[in-house]
Amino acid sequence: MATTDTLAQDTAATENPVAGIDQTKGDFSYDVSYAFDAGTGLNEDTVRYISSVKKEAPWILEFRLKALAKFRSMPMPTHWATKDLENIDFDKIRYYLSQGQKPKRTWDEVPDDIKKTFERLGIPEQERKFLAGVEAQFDSEAAYSNIKDIVAKQGVIFVNSTEGLREHPELFKKFFGKVIPTGDNKFAALNSAVFSGGSFIYVPKGVKVAQPLQAYFRINAENFGQFERTLIIADEGAEVTYMEGCTAPKFSTSTLHSAVVELVALKGAKIQYITVQNWANNVFNLVTKRGVAHEEAEIKWIDCNIGSRLTMKYPGVVLKGRKARGEVISIALANDGQHQDTGAKMIHAADETTSNIVAKSISVGQGRSTYRGVVHIPKHLKGCKNNTECDALLINTNSRTDTYPAITVRGDRNYVQHEASVSKVNEEMIFYMQQRGLTEGQAMSLAVNGFINDLARQFPMEYSVELKRLIDLEMEGSVG
Amino acid sequence: MPSLVIQDLHVAIGEKEIVKGLSLTIKSGEVHAIMGPNGTGKSTLSKAIAGHPDYTITAGDVLLDGTSILAQEADERARAGLFLAFQYPSEIPGVSIANFLRAAVQARMAEGEELDATAYYKRLYAKMDMLKIDRKFTSRSVNEGFSGGEKKRCEILQMAMLEPKFALMDETDSGLDIDALRIVSEGVNTLRGPDLGVLMITHYQRLLNYIVPDYVHVMWDGRIVKSGDKSLALELEAKGYDWVKKELALA
Repeated sequence: MATTDTLAQDTAATENPVAGIDQTKGDFSYDVSYAFDAGTGLNEDTVRYISSVKKEAPWILEFRLKALAKFRSMPMPTHWATKDLENIDFDKIRYYLSQGQKPKRTWDEVPDDIKKTFERLGIPEQERKFLAGVEAQFDSEAAYSNIKDIVAKQGVIFVNSTEGLREHPELFKKFFGKVIPTGDNKFAALNSAVFSGGSFIYVPKGVKVAQPLQAYFRINAENFGQFERTLIIADEGAEVTYMEGCTAPKFSTSTLHSAVVELVALKGAKIQYITVQNWANNVFNLVTKRGVAHEEAEIKWIDCNIGSRLTMKYPGVVLKGRKARGEVISIALANDGQHQDTGAKMIHAADETTSNIVAKSISVGQGRSTYRGVVHIPKHLKGCKNNTECDALLINTNSRTDTYPAITVRGDRNYVQHEASVSKVNEEMIFYMQQRGLTEGQAMSLAVNGFINDLARQFPMEYSVELKRLIDLEMEGSVG
Repeated sequence: MPSLVIQDLHVAIGEKEIVKGLSLTIKSGEVHAIMGPNGTGKSTLSKAIAGHPDYTITAGDVLLDGTSILAQEADERARAGLFLAFQYPSEIPGVSIANFLRAAVQARMAEGEELDATAYYKRLYAKMDMLKIDRKFTSRSVNEGFSGGEKKRCEILQMAMLEPKFALMDETDSGLDIDALRIVSEGVNTLRGPDLGVLMITHYQRLLNYIVPDYVHVMWDGRIVKSGDKSLALELEAKGYDWVKKELALA
């Protein structure tokens, strides 16, 4: 197999405590021979090809074909979203690429070229450090998947979507596509038609997974679309933390990442889902994430969006059972040429449900940040609470920030609070820090880290350290 | 011996010339005070020396240990040993004093060299004890919600940690009540020594009761018009700035 190292940048950089989020580490690609390639463009044959490669059950193919029809019938949501979406050329995208291997259970079995990629990104060293399990996806399919014995013995299932639907249909079919129906939005429909990879996780009743499970998503090929599908079910009283990291090298043409993530927290369960993405600045990142929290269950999304050309992502929680709790902590950094269109959705559907949204955005240079939030509390409910806080930080006068909160609260037995602020890193603050010996880049970086400090403290240590480093890199690069 | 030499300095903000040919030499161990009425260019002088981008140096030079610093960015000047205690220090929300100072200390180290956190905190606490500052102070965000006195103490603590060769103190007494003034002055007096040169800028003589200068200069319309020892400050206090104005008119 021909393996040419087409290294774009020297990555002899510093040690990376958590893989996948340091851009200097992510900006490289390898030539890889793909055994399975669905070609460019999207039609029914593409969908049938993907389904046959995966040896799927007929109901899944049917699900995919219906989704494709749905995707085609739905218009681009440019009546409210950015016109930049029109620049995605669906006919030029490659929808499925894989080397055709089953995910390896030991690191030594992973093919050398893929292994090289992940070793550069720090996997699996970090697996040994603090993870209960890790899955690494290379383009369409998982290349490596491992769960610690002790966690597997508790009955925890952690597999990729293909395997999940094939080996555990009775478990996953029940919730698959239920939290986010195919027609939820155009990109959810697209994902439903061509999905591949992603994690399927089931945590049995009462099992509390002490260490986080992690998935790592890597786009390696140009003009490629990555459409992973993740479904996490925490049974009654179960607890799990899942972390994902994403990178792609910089290509001259755009790349599409369009994932669907569904979470189900049954009675009294807790799910925490942490994302730190650092896509290259030509990736369209259009992701639908939603969870259903049953009685006294809790779902928390921690979402850090750095990089990409356009990110549209609004993690949501449907608070379905009494006393369910939902939380979204969102950090978005939009640098020159980037648009972070992020936010949160909280749908209250039972009494005494509570939700909390804290969104912080940073716009640098020509970067643009948009917050969109939906909080819905219908009239018949009582004792519901929502707190929403949106803070924007602008670095230099060209940056733009918009806030579109949509709060629908009916009835008078519920409580809602909304706060928003916009602040600027001004020249005097930067001069003050420079006078203490910090370079302009270090000064801006410190200002940004200060701005998100109260949120970053809630992250697992490894991730907050990495987030800080990522911000340092972004800010260093933004100084003219 | 280290020296800060200001040679025939002209400073403009936009088109407007504010400092109009000012010369002054400060040697290590000396404390100089510049006094003058509002709008005479005192603060402009300190910010221009520190390298604020809004201030244009149109003529003259500033030499630190014999080398011109005018081509250097503000942060390079700082790392070369220049410290400006601000009249109005900026707030840095979310960044604790301890972390801020740590970043500043780290910035002075060679590339690849890592700061020893234990040694750093040991030194920080020693300086705080010396300046009689409560340890809880450094976990607060830099200047955020600080009283006037707390802001100035924060400046003095930073100065103590960064150990500059020369400190420019811009209206250190402004906004301070008499107790705060005494505490801040004690801090400066503690740091005073053979390895530090100080340029104090003040409108009022009262600060000089607490920090006794070696030299006093009177600034008027962008220039130093009179120099002397500490008795000049007292004379100014007694006669007022009009006295200088009249003398200038006669000359």
